[in-house]
Amino acid sequence: MDVLYGLVAPFADIAGSPAFFVEVLIGGVVAGLMYSLVALGFVLIFKASGVFNFAQGVMVLFAALTLVGLMERGVPVVFALGLTALVMILLAFAIERVVLRPLVNQEHIILFMATIGLTFFLEGFGELLWGSNVKRLDVGIPDRSFSVAGVLVNELELSAGVTAAILVAVLAVFFHGTRVGRALRAVADDHEAALSIGIPLKTIWIIVWSVAGGVAIVAGIMWGAKSGVQFSLSLIALKSLPVLILGGFTSVPGAIAGGLIIGVGEKIGEVYWGPLVGGAIENWFAYGLALVFLLFRPQGLFGEKIIERV
Amino acid sequence: MIYRTAGQFKTTYASDQAIFPIVQDRVAVTLALTAAFVIPPALASEYWLQAVLIPLLVYALAALGLNLLTGYAGQLSLGTGGFMAVGAYSAFKLSTAFPHLDIVAVFLLAGLVAAGVGLLFGIPSLRIKGFYLAVATLAAQFFLLWLFNKVAWFVNYAPSGTITAPDREVLGVLVTGPNATAGARYVMALAFVAVFGLVAKNLVRGRLGRAWMAIRDRDIAAEIIGIRPLRTKLLAFGISSFYCGVAGAELVFLYLGSAETQAFDINISFLVLFMVIIGGLGSILGSFLGAAFIVLVPIFLTNAPHLVGLGLPVALQKQIELMVFGALIIFFLIVEPHGLARLWQITKEKLRLWPFPH
Repeated sequence: MDVLYGLVAPFADIAGSPAFFVEVLIGGVVAGLMYSLVALGFVLIFKASGVFNFAQGVMVLFAALTLVGLMERGVPVVFALGLTALVMILLAFAIERVVLRPLVNQEHIILFMATIGLTFFLEGFGELLWGSNVKRLDVGIPDRSFSVAGVLVNELELSAGVTAAILVAVLAVFFHGTRVGRALRAVADDHEAALSIGIPLKTIWIIVWSVAGGVAIVAGIMWGAKSGVQFSLSLIALKSLPVLILGGFTSVPGAIAGGLIIGVGEKIGEVYWGPLVGGAIENWFAYGLALVFLLFRPQGLFGEKIIERV
Repeated sequence: MIYRTAGQFKTTYASDQAIFPIVQDRVAVTLALTAAFVIPPALASEYWLQAVLIPLLVYALAALGLNLLTGYAGQLSLGTGGFMAVGAYSAFKLSTAFPHLDIVAVFLLAGLVAAGVGLLFGIPSLRIKGFYLAVATLAAQFFLLWLFNKVAWFVNYAPSGTITAPDREVLGVLVTGPNATAGARYVMALAFVAVFGLVAKNLVRGRLGRAWMAIRDRDIAAEIIGIRPLRTKLLAFGISSFYCGVAGAELVFLYLGSAETQAFDINISFLVLFMVIIGGLGSILGSFLGAAFIVLVPIFLTNAPHLVGLGLPVALQKQIELMVFGALIIFFLIVEPHGLARLWQITKEKLRLWPFPH
């Protein structure tokens, strides 16, 4: 009976104080958008090269660390941003040359494991360069809160939402409206076919990893401004995996939708139903949800259905 | 000259199907095993046993488990830490609830519990594979640790949330818990690894192992030739989790003495995965080589700078260690996808021809 009451009571709480519910909801949406920003990087690389990039989370950390490190040494914000972008492009070159090129035509799972190696390397390298203490990132985004109809809204969170929306729009145009975008999709479909019609695989890979690096910078700025630049940033990569499962591996809007569902779901679950089981369900809620999805809709919400019966 | 197989005729099916068909291998393995049982407890210092050899054996067992699943059956798992935790916590519950139960039986039962949990989390593998499966196993990792953290029953309502290995004896010798000598714990760990290593070696050359490899190499073709994917994959998950569960129980009972869920976090899963990759996917020997490598490299990195008179700060060591691990993973995947085990195989082939290279 108690359990039943515990399950139902939160609904009464929600109805009782809608303003608080909306705040929780907004918190969830913002967290979800942050996950989406990381997941976007994954989707880009997967969509364009079929590589499942486990290192995306650590690329976010690396970008944020570089930006903060440069700014701490007195480089103005705009230059620091430009330099960070340059570093990410160089990183893309290095990854293509050192990791991807020797592994062309290997199984996906081998490439996946190579990116796990890359994750560890970049973690160590980033800290080696910039130190491992928590840093504050301030690029001039206002962090004030104002109240709309009794609900507190944070300007930083608002700008994160707007940025994510702009980013998705730009990427959608990039993938579907430009020559390079079409080439990217061709490469993802079939490496060899793309090569044979004269698409330079090497260039494409560098471009897509650079773009993913750019997305990592944006995600790094947002996460860094919200919770400081620290080691745990690389862990959001793990949170982005269920986001991808929900949204589908190849869908840019899917990454956003998946992120929102997981962000909102885990915040509401934690706040209202968490106490029932002792809290901290945020740790696994996303994975549980992903597991359910895997059993009933493995391709995700917007993914391409691959039929294979074994 | 030493490693020559000429003249070793196999005249019965039994000798053809032996685990080690070559005399030199048989002799070498027997000698190595005997040496492993006799020499370290007598000669090795407390530090070597405690900080190097015992963790090496424990991790080797876990790596064996993961290798059966990932290397032989081709099912990627990032939930090793979770399954090891299941083994550790169920061993703790069993040994404290039934103090008279033999500790060997406790370990085996803990392995069985872990196998059950592994089967449960292996069910999604019937519909999904590759990265998707990795996410499903991550769910196991995070959910299980959360469960052990939250439910006080698992730690016998200890306010600290830690589990501590009780003192238990085998044949009148204290083998578990903080009061047991390092030598006794080492021999216990070695006995388990030796037995389960041989079992694994047997398993993978038998019917089940060949079915696993068929599923790994081309699942559709495997199904066509009459291998049931459901049964085969689930068995892989079950047996692999059994190994990981026993390894988890050993980690607490023989190595750490007491532990929190922290000891089984996602980093353990990655570490064991690295052992498997570096040692050699789909190789029993590789599991041991990989474990030795991953245990020894940090020790080397800690001590090497001191030897040449360089004092590195701890944080820097940690960072270099991460970089070296990451670089090694990539290096091995590119240069030698079959890992250290393959290098040993090449050495053996060369030895057969030596001293005439052609």
